[in-house]
Amino acid sequence: MPPDHVLDDYVDPYDDPAARGHRHGPLRVGLGGPVGSGKTALAAALCRTLGQEYDLAVVTNDIYTTEDADFLRRNAVLPDDRIEAVQTGCCPHTAIRDDITANLDAVELLEGRHPGLELVLVESGGDNLTASFSYGLVDVQIFVVDVAGGDKVPRKGGPGVTASDLLVVNKTDLAPLVGADLDVMRRDSAAVRAGKPTFLISLREDPAATEVADWVRAQVRARVAAHA
Amino acid sequence: MTAALLALADSRLPAGGHTHSGGVEQAIAAGVVSDPRSLETFLRRRLTTSGSTAAGLAAAACRTAGGPRTGAAPAPAGDRVAALRALDREAEARTPSPALRAASRQQGRGLVRVGRRAWPDPVWDDLPAHPHHPLALGVAAAVAGLAPGDAAAAAAYLSITGPATAAQRLLAMDPITVAVVTARLGDAVDEVSAAAVPDADGWLPAGTDPLLDLLAEVHADRTDRFFAS
Repeated sequence: MPPDHVLDDYVDPYDDPAARGHRHGPLRVGLGGPVGSGKTALAAALCRTLGQEYDLAVVTNDIYTTEDADFLRRNAVLPDDRIEAVQTGCCPHTAIRDDITANLDAVELLEGRHPGLELVLVESGGDNLTASFSYGLVDVQIFVVDVAGGDKVPRKGGPGVTASDLLVVNKTDLAPLVGADLDVMRRDSAAVRAGKPTFLISLREDPAATEVADWVRAQVRARVAAHA
Repeated sequence: MTAALLALADSRLPAGGHTHSGGVEQAIAAGVVSDPRSLETFLRRRLTTSGSTAAGLAAAACRTAGGPRTGAAPAPAGDRVAALRALDREAEARTPSPALRAASRQQGRGLVRVGRRAWPDPVWDDLPAHPHHPLALGVAAAVAGLAPGDAAAAAAYLSITGPATAAQRLLAMDPITVAVVTARLGDAVDEVSAAAVPDADGWLPAGTDPLLDLLAEVHADRTDRFFAS
């Protein structure tokens, strides 16, 4: 038998517990999307709604070190020791997809500080429609776009729109003001997302982000069930 | 073997290096670096001080870790742990700035995370929990089948490429100009890494630069920075 067919002492380098979803520790949820679409507002809403239910923490990747972290602190959403900000070396996209080291360090720091952690939100810096999280960093990812960016965004696609586990179209209250057709956005999203969910929401009208929070709860339940 | 060396020196290796500017972010803020000429001066200075020190430590760690091409007899694991700890203290003594110590250990941790899965080996367990970056680099080189001189070359090369990329991003410099700057430093990188490999007496380079220490300390206190160091 050729030597490369002998697998008796083969150590599988790909057998990474994290990659198989068998990693212990909290559910990690990525929040990505273009600048200004409402990622930080959604993170704050989820902290308010879920903070009493789950032991949770947030990692922010703002272009400036502490802008988003300060927003969360100002809104008294989370205590300081549950927020970690990472520097992304002028390249927010690299830090969540190509080289996730700084974010892994931050998540592990939070896990070490709060051993009972159940949920970690990793908020990316604002990027473009091609931005997506590595599944080495997060278990599921939410991509946030907004109505004011134009109703063509779902049709343009890109990995964030087509492949995210949940697409959130925020600021539906602005639709009449910017001439955006929500039905077009709903239809175009469905067409490119192969059955994965899209929620059209307005964080201004529903500061609790009820629908998204329910989706996150379902993800936590699924993870707990998978580990039981 | 060459492929392993190229992999270790590749900025695509996901070890967290892209979030560190090697002092360039603060050097730009301070007006020390502003154009290709001042960038080249800065990189040469960094290469011949902290770059040389990192190269020596990486080569020593590679030799200590052992391996087919390190020219060292396999040491008992306990001795190896002690020797790597001693090298970690040598690195600490050569890094007076607390901010640079933290940056080095952060990058060491990142390299261990990827290295121990890319090149699995029990030697990884002999390193301290968050080793200085040159130690992680030396061990990675050893377990990837490289020689101490290769570890030194990777350390010397990385001491200029990371900061060069950071400068390119922060100053929106022409990327080709930055490539020219690093290419022009090629011979210097080779000279520094060759001279940094410890001899039989275990002599280690000890170059440091007060400017880099000061830049790092000022930088660490800023809240508006893009880079971790």
